[in-house]
Amino acid sequence: MSEVLSIFTDYTLRNVALGSAILGVVGGVLGTFAVLRRQSLMGDVLAHAALPGICLAFILTGSKTPLILLLGGGLAGWLAAWLLLVVLRHSRLPEDSALGVMLSSFFGFGVALLTFIQHGNNANQAGLDRFIFGQAAIIVASDVLNFVVLGGIALLCVGLFYKEFKLLSFDPAYAHSLGLPVQGLSTLLTSLTVLAVMVGLQTVGVVLMAAMLIAPAAAARQWTDRLSSMIGLSALFGALAGVSGALISASRENLPTGPLVVLTMSAILLFSLLLAPQRGLVWDWVRTRQNRRRVRLERLLLEAQMLHQHQPLTPQALALHRHESQAAAQQHLEELRSRGWLEPGQQGFRLTPAGQQKVQELEQTMRASSKSAEDR
Amino acid sequence: MNADLVIILTAILVSTASALVGTFLVLRRMALLSDAISHAVLPGIVLAYWLSSGGRATPTALLGAAAAGLVTVTLVEWLSRSGKVKNDAAIGVVFPALFSLGVLLVSLYFRQVHLDLDAVLYGEIAYAPFNTLTLWGQEIPESWLMMGSLTLLNLLFVLLFYKELKLSTFDPGLAAALGFAPGALHYGLMTLVSLTSVGAFQSVGAILIVAFLIIPPATAYLLTQRLPVMIALAVGVGVVSSLVGYALAIWLDASIAGMMATVAGACFALTFLFSPLEGLLTTQLRRRSERLEVAARLLVAHLAHHDRAVSEEEVLQEFGWSPRLLKQAKEKAQQAGWLEVFQQNLRPSPAGLAMVAGRTTQQG
Repeated sequence: MSEVLSIFTDYTLRNVALGSAILGVVGGVLGTFAVLRRQSLMGDVLAHAALPGICLAFILTGSKTPLILLLGGGLAGWLAAWLLLVVLRHSRLPEDSALGVMLSSFFGFGVALLTFIQHGNNANQAGLDRFIFGQAAIIVASDVLNFVVLGGIALLCVGLFYKEFKLLSFDPAYAHSLGLPVQGLSTLLTSLTVLAVMVGLQTVGVVLMAAMLIAPAAAARQWTDRLSSMIGLSALFGALAGVSGALISASRENLPTGPLVVLTMSAILLFSLLLAPQRGLVWDWVRTRQNRRRVRLERLLLEAQMLHQHQPLTPQALALHRHESQAAAQQHLEELRSRGWLEPGQQGFRLTPAGQQKVQELEQTMRASSKSAEDR
Repeated sequence: MNADLVIILTAILVSTASALVGTFLVLRRMALLSDAISHAVLPGIVLAYWLSSGGRATPTALLGAAAAGLVTVTLVEWLSRSGKVKNDAAIGVVFPALFSLGVLLVSLYFRQVHLDLDAVLYGEIAYAPFNTLTLWGQEIPESWLMMGSLTLLNLLFVLLFYKELKLSTFDPGLAAALGFAPGALHYGLMTLVSLTSVGAFQSVGAILIVAFLIIPPATAYLLTQRLPVMIALAVGVGVVSSLVGYALAIWLDASIAGMMATVAGACFALTFLFSPLEGLLTTQLRRRSERLEVAARLLVAHLAHHDRAVSEEEVLQEFGWSPRLLKQAKEKAQQAGWLEVFQQNLRPSPAGLAMVAGRTTQQG
């Protein structure tokens, strides 16, 4: 408990928590649009592509001012996105290969530059590699201010163009027919994603940033069908994962923040995938099992009723009819009895009124469905 | 043994093995699945190091590490089949989770020579000459043995199942109807990608292997439309980028694997611009020359309908052309020998008249 409270008193922890919370919110909001537009992996490319930008910014300016490095990273990410569009428009290369090419060549160039800087005799260079896996523990108040400005611009734009972005995500063709500048809006949305990536570079790093865009949105999708609540939930999940991951990482040495944030986020996602009401996979399995059981019992009842018309309904008769062992037949009859559809008679079982009624209902449904099939 | 030779041959083997399977990844639109696999084998590799408690991972343990790649593929497919998460998002949530697990394990328990975060990122191909083992009395580098057998395995797979791979890549429906077991082939390919990722991990790291798997085949894709040529070109591009990348890395004192990926990216960029098939600049040049050719023919055909020589002003007025286009069309027509110019007046040459007449008779 005292550790949780120390967020409000400890200066470092407060900055770390604030910085990761902002990242979570911005990533969650912009990730929602990326996931809905099936551009999830674009974020991955943008983030990886930031690495050479960070290194070049350092080589050119020689300073390690975070804002300059972030701007360099953002520019490089933006350039990669633009090049990706050019390649897609002017060649027949499939989209996934184009993404892979951009990602790996930018990242490879970044790695080459990073090692070039590290091997050079620049005493100032230490710490650039923090941008790869993130190091939240070193976030200070001025960084938080940067995040607020960058994230604020991104969120403000989303607020201003909310209606347009919504239409673009769900029905771009309709948006085009209404005369909306689809291309421009799409570029704007990508640029805002670049802002989100810039916010995340110091906290989770270039390699894992994609997860902070995709996972919160995918988790939020499980809980709601409305865009506005999906955005809200996604931001909430992102902030939750960001803060808890960053605090765990700041509590010990040698714990890179990025992996911890991503693992926390993955846990939230796993929980949502399995247990969210309506869309949870566990409920899907339960429903499937229940349906299977119901259909099996109903078929059993129909067979029992047919058999009952000709002969006494005994385990022996049912076993002979269904080609199964007497024990199994006995068990089946018991199952039907426990549903209240059968009762013991003088010779074997007989259908209860409830069972009779169920049979009639089933036959009616079957007639109706076969008739509608004929009509079709 | 010569250190340069060891590193260069290792790099060549890595790029050959990768290009062989990478070609099919690009053609089957599974490029990003390979990105996911290469990230996700990391926890498997960490486990392999942990289980073979000697600081060095045994081949059996590394074989197990490749299973992590298959787990990723299965998870991604299961997630996207469940309909809760789209395919691209499924890739994007599965591999960061597994990769994070690997990075965390490395930074918590393995801050030692053979496995650290730098090795995860850049690989340690520069150390390849130091890891040797003795085989039949000969001392050979471990990386040669590892990547050599992987290259052989991939080559055998492609050669043995060439027909099946080709058919199931270009027409999965027909392949399934003919009973080619596309599922088995798919998982076979994925197994090889996982094995190659694990094998190349020591040389180029977990992330840059994607550069070797995807960029050379994508470059070859822009250069040809025939599968065997594409495979050969992909291997060629991979080898050339390895060699040039190595030279540059030595010169600049930068990461070898990173520089190789950079050069591969540059190869792709050059191909994208200058590919004879559909390069951006080649296409524009071709369009321009075709446009001029049409203009020249139009000009000569127009002149042929006049009995006398026509002045340039008249042509400009008639066609509404810019003076620049007229000049270019004139030059083009003169080059072809269709046009004669006196002072400011234009007249078709006999060859030009023949061209126009030929065109007319062909049409008539």
